[in-house]
Amino acid sequence: MTQGGGAIGMRAPGALESVGKPAPDEKPRRGALWAWVIFGLGFLYFFLPLVATFEFALGHPTGPVKPEPSLRYYENVVLDPRSEFFPRLLFSFGVAIATIILSIAIIVPTAYWVRLRLPRLRPIVEFITLMPFVIPPVVAVFGLIRTFSGPPFPLMDTTFGSTIVLVGAYTILSFPYMYRAVDTGLRAIDIQSLTEAAQSLGAGWPRIIVGVIFPNIRVALLSGAFLTLAIVIGEYTMASFLGSKTFGPYLSLLGQNKAFEPAGVSIISFGLTWIAMGAIQFLGRGGQRIQVGGAR
Amino acid sequence: MPDTAADGNKRGARSARPAQRRPLLAWLGVSPFFLFTLLFMFLPAGFLVVGSFLDQEGQPTLQNYADLTTPIVANAYANSIEISAITAIGGGLFGFLLAASVILGGLPPFMRNALMTFSGVASNFAGVPLALAFIYTLGNLGFLTAFINNTFATDIGQAGFSLYSKVGLEIVYMYFQFPLMVLIIAPALDGLKRDWREAAENMGATGFQYWRYVAFPILLPSLMGAVILLFGNAFGAQATAFQLTGGTIPIASIVIGAQIRGDVLHNTGLGFAMAMGMVVIMAMAITGYSLLQRRSERWLK
Repeated sequence: MTQGGGAIGMRAPGALESVGKPAPDEKPRRGALWAWVIFGLGFLYFFLPLVATFEFALGHPTGPVKPEPSLRYYENVVLDPRSEFFPRLLFSFGVAIATIILSIAIIVPTAYWVRLRLPRLRPIVEFITLMPFVIPPVVAVFGLIRTFSGPPFPLMDTTFGSTIVLVGAYTILSFPYMYRAVDTGLRAIDIQSLTEAAQSLGAGWPRIIVGVIFPNIRVALLSGAFLTLAIVIGEYTMASFLGSKTFGPYLSLLGQNKAFEPAGVSIISFGLTWIAMGAIQFLGRGGQRIQVGGAR
Repeated sequence: MPDTAADGNKRGARSARPAQRRPLLAWLGVSPFFLFTLLFMFLPAGFLVVGSFLDQEGQPTLQNYADLTTPIVANAYANSIEISAITAIGGGLFGFLLAASVILGGLPPFMRNALMTFSGVASNFAGVPLALAFIYTLGNLGFLTAFINNTFATDIGQAGFSLYSKVGLEIVYMYFQFPLMVLIIAPALDGLKRDWREAAENMGATGFQYWRYVAFPILLPSLMGAVILLFGNAFGAQATAFQLTGGTIPIASIVIGAQIRGDVLHNTGLGFAMAMGMVVIMAMAITGYSLLQRRSERWLK
């Protein structure tokens, strides 16, 4: 889809032009009245909460007290050395990167192998990767806690162990997007010929996957990675029940204890989602695929 | 499936390779995937399934499922279903109109791009930050609350509105429901061929008749499938509701959360059965969605 980068590049001048004068084709592109009304309503619904959050992040200058707009609430969370903002954010990034690496390490060889050798297994693998849509996070974490609280896998006893459980749970959560992205990527290349060519040059399986398959589906891998990042950074339910000190529970706690600081952090969190989604769009196929992180 | 056919033809050529001579080796290639899902998905799910059929003494029983009619559980399910249904239908309707406005309403193309990008972001902007954003908007001191109160010289709180109620939660859920609808339904609207409209008009159909007898029946499976998916999307949500209400609103996901923290049902088996009930409802939603999706592809290819 060529519109990918255009969404950002297209600015007001071009926009006004196409509103002002009818396009050369048969109908004037002025739009029906109902369409403008609906779009306007959607625009308000989308932006009002963001404007309100932004306004609160500045100290609620239109509120009853009418303070001067101030950036000190951002400073309180970002600059204060006692603030947990950066440690939590960095920890979430670490968890996200571990999740992405694990997810790619499992999904790419599986999708490749299923396409090459076990095509009959494809519906089963696809079905399994879609399970996170069926098992809500709160139910999944319920089962995980029960499984890993005692022998033979007492992972929940230590912080490190529960982080492993968290990464494992997020990896499962990333499977629907990662598998779909990788499988679509593999469809576009002739893995049969590539594999034979690599084999005839003496490459082993690890070399084929890392040296031949990875570079050929890098766009798909990056899309899957950014979506996983967007989901993992803000995730609350699983992290909270597993007692992990990630960004989601931090924001939740801040929201319960402070008035204006959480607004600033929400804006930052929204910005991160936007960057991840923008990256996917920029990579080329954002507009076509449905990319939604499931129930939260 | 052209893929499978091609694989069949190439079988002869492939048998020269070592893996084909040892079929076990072919299965080895997918074993990490199955081991991983076994450990982090099937085993945890199995714990819930088995636990839901055991009583407090560890004896097999079906009582836990019979106990799902306990008021606290039944009420939680009823609330979840009500909220999910209302936001699925409301979000579905608004999302459909929004997608139609840019695809069929003749709005400039850049607005379509903008809407699709925003929808991708908004449908992923759920959970804690979303709940906070709405507290700043429609909470007691909220931006919009103040605006409405000042403009209409009223107090929406006194008039009975609370963001921390079912209605409030529905307004918040709508924020990720309608963008999801836009993303799902846009391809279906794109699939409506211009020829169909022209053919209908040539035969003297009015705009209403075209929609009533041509476009709507073609879109119906997509619309229903999308609304069912939205239902599941709201049904499984937990973080948004928890942050908004501090865990006080009695919906299924919140009650399960409370059960994990402290056995509020005073019966571990019932907790497992309740979790299984959520999975069953989600499974029905996803199955319904994929069946209808397959049906809609017949026309909209």
